[in-house]
Amino acid sequence: MTILEVTDIARHFRVSGGVVRAVDGVSFQLARGETLALVGESGCGKSTTARLALRLIEPSAGSLRFDGVDMTQAGTKAMRAMRRRAQIVFQDPYASLNPRHTIAETLEEPLLVHGIGDAASRRARVEELLSLVGLAPFHAARFPHEFSGGQRQRIGIARALSAGPDVVVCDEPVSALDVSIQAQVVNLLKDLQSRFGLAYLFIAHDLAVVRHMADRVAVMYLGRIVEQADKRSLFANPRHPYTRALLAAIPRPDPAGRGRLSPPPGDPPSPINPPPGCPFHPRCGFAVARCAVDVPPLREIAPGHVAACHLAEALPALPPSMDDRPSPVAMRRIALAAARMAARV
Amino acid sequence: MSLLQVENLRTVFDTRQGAVVAVDGVDLSLAAGRTLAVVGESGCGKSALALSLMRLLAHPGRVAGGRVLLEDEDLLALSPAKMRARRGSRVAMVFQEPMTSLNPVHTVGAQIMEAMRAHDRSLSKSDLRDAAISALARVRIPSPERRFDDHPHRLSGGMRQRVMIAMALACQPRLLIADEPTTALDVTVQAQILDLLRDIQAETGMGLLLITHDLGVVAETADEVAVMYAGRVVERASATDLFADPQHPYTIGLLGSIPRMDLETPRLPTIEGSVPPPFAWPPGCRFAPRCAFADAACEVAPPPLAMLAPGHEVACIYAPVDA
Repeated sequence: MTILEVTDIARHFRVSGGVVRAVDGVSFQLARGETLALVGESGCGKSTTARLALRLIEPSAGSLRFDGVDMTQAGTKAMRAMRRRAQIVFQDPYASLNPRHTIAETLEEPLLVHGIGDAASRRARVEELLSLVGLAPFHAARFPHEFSGGQRQRIGIARALSAGPDVVVCDEPVSALDVSIQAQVVNLLKDLQSRFGLAYLFIAHDLAVVRHMADRVAVMYLGRIVEQADKRSLFANPRHPYTRALLAAIPRPDPAGRGRLSPPPGDPPSPINPPPGCPFHPRCGFAVARCAVDVPPLREIAPGHVAACHLAEALPALPPSMDDRPSPVAMRRIALAAARMAARV
Repeated sequence: MSLLQVENLRTVFDTRQGAVVAVDGVDLSLAAGRTLAVVGESGCGKSALALSLMRLLAHPGRVAGGRVLLEDEDLLALSPAKMRARRGSRVAMVFQEPMTSLNPVHTVGAQIMEAMRAHDRSLSKSDLRDAAISALARVRIPSPERRFDDHPHRLSGGMRQRVMIAMALACQPRLLIADEPTTALDVTVQAQILDLLRDIQAETGMGLLLITHDLGVVAETADEVAVMYAGRVVERASATDLFADPQHPYTIGLLGSIPRMDLETPRLPTIEGSVPPPFAWPPGCRFAPRCAFADAACEVAPPPLAMLAPGHEVACIYAPVDA
């Protein structure tokens, strides 16, 4: 069942020298309990899309429905009701917590804003939230500077959960964290999702993390979705050359695959002056004359799989992917360490 | 013969509470034309290590002991003037953040010429200009004559990092130290920069010391790897051996916790807890409190690196952990 529906949403920013079409006609639906990942490189408009989906910034065009209600024109009261049910976790756990507030104050604030509970029940809720994200009750009286990056991100997640949301936008929630901490936070987000039936709009640039978190994936380039599909078909059978370029550029942790990265040439073009036709055509290895003229529409290639490429059906089969698993010895030792750790706890 | 030989390097930060150790007795070696990756998480001391090699540590940090031999010359024993002459011409460095490392009010051409003039005052202005343009061309910046007159803000992140590399290479150093050179970049641009570094290395035979947290980047570029944890090297091996046969429980934990494209597990294996800050390092093995295999014997003293196989050293009394 759809909880969040974004239709043809756009956001243009006027800058000296023209108009930046940061988001240019993006549509998607998010169902209860699922994770939709928005992926793409810096400047593709994924964070702006996330903010539009929460109406933290106003759209230039398009519409936004939350739980069946049109929020595009909603007044303050309706917006406030939506905000209780749609929250956000930010990328930078250092910048997104108020350094002068204790953790208890930070976690209590959403409850105060929405008039939930009395002082005693709010205190109990703060304790509950801390234990949900793996922190201890005594942490409530501390300040953000007393925590590591991973712990701060846990606090940011607890704050997002405070008022009991249905939808959580996660804007690069693990990209500022070290790998070992990243894995802890990814596991935590998955646990919380299955426990509370949360829907995640998961913004990320790391496709391996996305593969681990998402049910469906939308790939953005220059303000538009260029491909969207369920995770399995997107990774196994990508139909847009840009998706393929992203996949081919990830360095795999296996020295045997060395030298097989094949990045597209050049940088993403300026969103002030996007190229005519398909915005990816100047960097695309498959482009034909038509690509420089006609803008390819987003069209259905297979059920539930859309791509904006004239040649989507004609792209050659994907070369066999590099095997991305730890070596057999490493796998055995990883399993052994996990079993030992589990036995100890 | 090795290009770079680091012996028992110790770096400390003087604080009001006393000296805090950041790098605690590190040994490394790197041959010409090869790439050594130093990998570890925030706070493991890898950046302090890089700055110590360059002698660029700012107060209150200082190198408290050890030797840094570059082509058999101990950099730590040089006078400041001599060290200044070595930087750029013998050893150069590229930093993570290309925007804050470039001067925003000078053109990129002027900044590259400045680096070249510092080492050779005899060059004429037009020689310098030609050399700077060919330096930009060498890092594959399109239309380098035009880019020469651009200010840094006109360039994308990837182009800025190329400019930083052009500056570092301007005087043909024998050793390039790159501290997270692609961490701030998008994956497609990262792949371009890694390609570029590899090509330049093949052309010039320079040694590359790459500081990174990304095991994908390590696998893509490194010949040799040193894994650091809490100021010490805990495992040293060729890249092939490290990934095929990881032996230190920390290395195993790191390899387990990266999400993989081809491996879907409901939960990622994790290393519980977090890296302790230097003032809270345990007396024994510093990884022991987070280690699945640790027992009382691990709490006595930090285990030294021991050679378990040719070219493969591990600092763990229970390695390899197979039982």
